[in-house]
Amino acid sequence: MKSALVARLRQGHRTLDYPAGKVELPSRFRGMPALDASRCPEGCGVCTRACPTGAIGQPLRIDLGKCLFCPACAGACPEQAISFGRDHRLAVRERADLSVGAGDGPRLARALDLEATRLFGRSLKLRQVSAGGCGACEAELVALGNVVFDLGRFGVQFVASPRHADGLVVTGPVSQNMRSALLETFDAIPAPRIVIAVGACALSGGPFAGSAVCEGGVPPEIPVDLFVPGCPPHPLTVLDGLLRLLGRI
Amino acid sequence: MTPARASVARPRPSIPATENPKVVRLGSLPLGDVEGLRRDVIDRCKEGARLVALFVPPRATELVAVVARDDCADIAIQRAALAGPSYPALSSELPAAQAFEREILEVHGVRPEGHPWLKPLRRHDAHPFFQVDGPGIHEVAVGPVHAGIIEPGHFRFQCAGEKVLHLEIQLGYQHRGVERLMLSSSPARRIAIAEAIAGDTTIGHAIAHAAAVEALGAGELPLHAQAVRAVALELERLANHVGDLGALCNDVGYLPGASWLGRLRGEMLNALLVLSGNRFGRGLIRVGGVRFDLDSGQKRELAARLAEVERDLDAIVELVLDTPSVASRFEGTGVVSREIAEALGLVGPVARASGCDRDVRRDHPAGLYRFAQVPVAVTESGDVMARALVRALEIKRSLEFVHDQLREQPEGPARSRQLALEPTPARPDRLVVSLVEGWRGEIAHVAMTDADGAIAAYQIVDPSLHNWLGLAMALRDGEISDFPLCNKSFNLSYAGHDL
Repeated sequence: MKSALVARLRQGHRTLDYPAGKVELPSRFRGMPALDASRCPEGCGVCTRACPTGAIGQPLRIDLGKCLFCPACAGACPEQAISFGRDHRLAVRERADLSVGAGDGPRLARALDLEATRLFGRSLKLRQVSAGGCGACEAELVALGNVVFDLGRFGVQFVASPRHADGLVVTGPVSQNMRSALLETFDAIPAPRIVIAVGACALSGGPFAGSAVCEGGVPPEIPVDLFVPGCPPHPLTVLDGLLRLLGRI
Repeated sequence: MTPARASVARPRPSIPATENPKVVRLGSLPLGDVEGLRRDVIDRCKEGARLVALFVPPRATELVAVVARDDCADIAIQRAALAGPSYPALSSELPAAQAFEREILEVHGVRPEGHPWLKPLRRHDAHPFFQVDGPGIHEVAVGPVHAGIIEPGHFRFQCAGEKVLHLEIQLGYQHRGVERLMLSSSPARRIAIAEAIAGDTTIGHAIAHAAAVEALGAGELPLHAQAVRAVALELERLANHVGDLGALCNDVGYLPGASWLGRLRGEMLNALLVLSGNRFGRGLIRVGGVRFDLDSGQKRELAARLAEVERDLDAIVELVLDTPSVASRFEGTGVVSREIAEALGLVGPVARASGCDRDVRRDHPAGLYRFAQVPVAVTESGDVMARALVRALEIKRSLEFVHDQLREQPEGPARSRQLALEPTPARPDRLVVSLVEGWRGEIAHVAMTDADGAIAAYQIVDPSLHNWLGLAMALRDGEISDFPLCNKSFNLSYAGHDL
């Protein structure tokens, strides 16, 4: 018992001062990309060809819903027209907002309507379904519950039963073998309910887009309220989106 | 292990052997008959060798077996022509072949006759579950959607009261068609897919893929890039092992251990973030090298971070393993005997916890592991405690290895010059076996090229494919309430199995 107390004292207080404090991620962290189309040589397209998921169009645009933040494009570009910044705030409310062009900054997720923020703003229970997810997005959602991110302090909690949930968090490209289980879980959540799609796979199929045995992301039957890009997204990217959705930031 | 040692004295000159990851010409691998292949693979495995992979390439005209002998670092590859829509199953005498042969039936419709449980591996059809009959026998079905944030799978228990007579694990929910995508995708897409085969094994699978492609193209990676890869692989192992110890604490209700180790797992992921810009190391490994170098500033930063983690970690792991309430739940729970582990061909910490002394880093070294060794951790008791102890030992040894590398890493270009601009084209009609000791155990990628040098077959074996049946056996005669704890002590990948 004594050694347990000593160990506890040594742990100290580890929870991030978030969202109040300033977040400093390491220099190599790849967040919001900055594009400078003026550097693009005529008819170049090297980045488009280098991208593993076809996320880059010409004139220069990146679809962050497809982007793996890998960063093959930035490495391939001879003119440094693409660079990934350190801004982790990437979650948006509309799929179209993930299309980033030259000079675009982050399009931060706006809050739910007043009635929904009144209902969910101080207590949100979520049910998670991995539908073909590789386990990385899932692991980052688990990490949100650890002492560093401590999701519970915001009143947000992952629950075991869809009947107890206010919303659904989907990860993975939605494999055919999980399609019906996903739809049933969604149907089992009582309305009003929200849906959060996390990771490139859930947004677009990610590296599995075009697979004959996947849907290519959350199917149209399930309307998505928050899109969180990344492969996987940093826990702070998910947390930022959640808190904005709830009108807490 | 006595039979394994004895096998050294019995060479089999008829079967060409290769090493990890060295290419062989398909022309040097004669097409034999299935009966000969079957007999030879079974005999070799009885003498201590292991079945690494058994598969049918896409045109479904032949059967390929990959068998590794750990005590002499060789890998034997055998090919046999398939004469018809069926062949005599290896599984009837070699349980380690069971999952491979179920896959062969499912993907190619080729029937391994005499297989003891010939049910599709990933496709869900009307095939019934195994049922136990008798008075008082009841069935418990769990999944695919579980409580908590976890991948989907279905578990069907046959019980007498609390006692589990049999557990059948039905997977396939995560099937994304990875192997087919590998054949149809661009090289840039392939490495991204490899990184997402099993999310927590990003580095392991990416190295296995990159090493296979580099070998097909005859590219030699600079030592410095190999060292960066090895550091990343050990950081991945550290993150997962530390996380697993925390999860084990959680499942026995020892919450201090769960919360502290959960945080320290994050510190390991943050070390990967410093190195690669991603907490899982995505984007780091590329065919022909690594995308990010470790400069002296980063080495110092990583060393300082790890030293701090190490201090906390030592104290917590000791505290956890010395806590009587933890030890009493870990000890004697979910025992897998050495005989079962050998028969099923288990790999990784799970096998080492049952006394099987195997580790690809030592037995089939590639990359930096040819020059720098990590001692192999083996325990005997085969229970949850043994699986926890192996992880605790491997954490210590991986930390030492990473510290050594940060101090002594060879300097040089992180990207091989001859591969930096264009990848060397793969040579035609070759086969390569690429093995990596991921944190879960042996990862195998087997690639074959056609006459044009295009990849014509790509077979992926995640350690989970070998080990899921081990979990089912660990539960046998145990209590159903032990399932979460046993499951955590294996911590297998659903996506890695389902591909």
